[in-house]
Amino acid sequence: MGPYIVRRLIWLPVILLIVSFITFALGRFGPGDPVEVLMGQHSNPEVVERIREQRGLNDNVFVQYGRYLWNVSHGDFGESFKYRGRTVGELLKKKMWVSAQLNIAALIISVGLGVPVGLFAAMKQGTGWDTLAVAITLVGQSVPIFLTAPGLLLVFALKLDVLPTHGWGGFFSPQLVLPAIAMGVPGIAIIARLTRASTLDVVSQDYVRTARAKGLPESMVRNRHILRNSLIPVVTTLGFSLASLAFTSFIVERFFGIPGVGNLLIESVFSRDFPVINAIVLIGTTLFVMANLLVDLMYPFMDPRIRMGASQVA
Amino acid sequence: MREEAELVFTAAPRGNRSYWVISVKRLLRKKLGLACLSIILLMYGAGILSPLVTPYDYNDQNLAEAKQGPSFGHPFGTDRLGRDILTRIIYGLRTTVIITVITLITGSLVLGISMGLVAGYFGKIYDTIIMRVGEVTSAFPEIFLVLIFIATIKPPITDWVRGIEDTLGIDIVKLGVADYLVLSLALAIFSWFGMARLVRGQVLQARENQYVEAARAIGVTSPSILFRHVLPNIMGPIIVLVSAGLAGVAGSEVFLSFLGIGVQPPTPSLGLMIFENASISVLRTNPHLLLFPVGTLTLLLFTFNLLGDAVNDAFNPRAR
Repeated sequence: MGPYIVRRLIWLPVILLIVSFITFALGRFGPGDPVEVLMGQHSNPEVVERIREQRGLNDNVFVQYGRYLWNVSHGDFGESFKYRGRTVGELLKKKMWVSAQLNIAALIISVGLGVPVGLFAAMKQGTGWDTLAVAITLVGQSVPIFLTAPGLLLVFALKLDVLPTHGWGGFFSPQLVLPAIAMGVPGIAIIARLTRASTLDVVSQDYVRTARAKGLPESMVRNRHILRNSLIPVVTTLGFSLASLAFTSFIVERFFGIPGVGNLLIESVFSRDFPVINAIVLIGTTLFVMANLLVDLMYPFMDPRIRMGASQVA
Repeated sequence: MREEAELVFTAAPRGNRSYWVISVKRLLRKKLGLACLSIILLMYGAGILSPLVTPYDYNDQNLAEAKQGPSFGHPFGTDRLGRDILTRIIYGLRTTVIITVITLITGSLVLGISMGLVAGYFGKIYDTIIMRVGEVTSAFPEIFLVLIFIATIKPPITDWVRGIEDTLGIDIVKLGVADYLVLSLALAIFSWFGMARLVRGQVLQARENQYVEAARAIGVTSPSILFRHVLPNIMGPIIVLVSAGLAGVAGSEVFLSFLGIGVQPPTPSLGLMIFENASISVLRTNPHLLLFPVGTLTLLLFTFNLLGDAVNDAFNPRAR
């Protein structure tokens, strides 16, 4: 396991360096030179030169890149092109918190409903309940978010008029319910299917039969022997589903008018606000890579067999 | 959005022709697979022949008939500029057709297969370089990189297309050629690795077969071995992976157009149509503006997924 962790940990900074270099290069050499944007159409060559000197834009590229890394690691992503005088950091902070709450709510719904449904289907294997659960999850998995979001809006907000349609009121507000469910539906389906499959796999293992043969109470067999082992694949998909959740949140935020990162990104793309786009890409990629790494590192703690297997290979 | 699962297949089936005949027959015997195939062919056919099958142009505006519900003249109604929605959906499907076909051919088929063949057959340093580069690209969330990529390469490519337009004298910028190029290129760059990994694994297995050894013994050259002996024997898994990837590529195009970095107006795209109408006020007053594009997209993605399953069952020797 050791070499494997080390290799992953070495990869992490390499990947982050590549991304940060790309975003740096884009901000520096890409469309929209920061000074030209700052000066507008009536730029005076002398003033431009002075600003360039002031901001260190005439330095060596690697010096600039080093400074960029230093700034970024301290949360300084520069100034927004669109909102003059406001730093990208302060723009993003609020929106990221909103999006994070939305994602957490969706994740709670996915896991909180997906795991029980999967366990239920596995325990009732072969009965009508199982078939029903499998059919529903199959549909839920392939319904695009583009349909779930307006569908939920139509039914619960417009026809039944039980839930608010629009805006943001914090984590415990009724406004969170519909978007979080819309985002959670694919996750519920995926996690339920996975839990069902892995539970069926675990149930037929020798150690479960042994546990029953020893006369352990059924609740103990279920919690200690079955549940713990059948949740390993679920944990590993969490990192992956977190990433795809982030992308569906871009769509959901638009539909439900939530002031999160997704809406900010769309707005920035349309107004070519590159500092904001850069910051979102850099932060998003970092979070994505970290989440994947974290999940990989969690593996061996959940399942000691993996530790042995890996050290034998390495 | 990305197909992570590595497909594993048993030894290459013997008797190439019969394998193909059996697989295709097995696919056509499945009613669901056949139904999906017909729906997709219908949608793709309509998309390809869009100028012929639509009575209107996608940009024909008629403000007197704006925001009408479905009627005989406009089966899916009209949008806020009085443009026929069915026409725009069919042209949007053309966008889907173009993007999926270009991306899968350049990314998966050309780039993915050749990289996989090289990595698997030559091994050593080629293998290391290709697999490491692939691992690094797939460690990134593709949407973000596509975003950056599009922001950087779009202006030069648009200029380039303009240059071609000047020399040819044909109006091609208006057709959205630059958008299609940039989008497919970006998607291809980040989608080749799954195919490369699969092909590499398959080649590593196929390479050990006696017929490859025999071919090398009688002096057949490497390219010839790869394309005559190895590739035909691993076509099954390749087809399965391509059909499984269709929904992903189509979905990515819609998602990127939704974010504003994909196809640009006035070129119709399902993602753009959904984006423009993704609000509660549209749903309240003119739900057809949103629901028809969304319905079409859902049907498309559903049939892609079901077809992918059916193709997997038919072409995967282990799933029999």
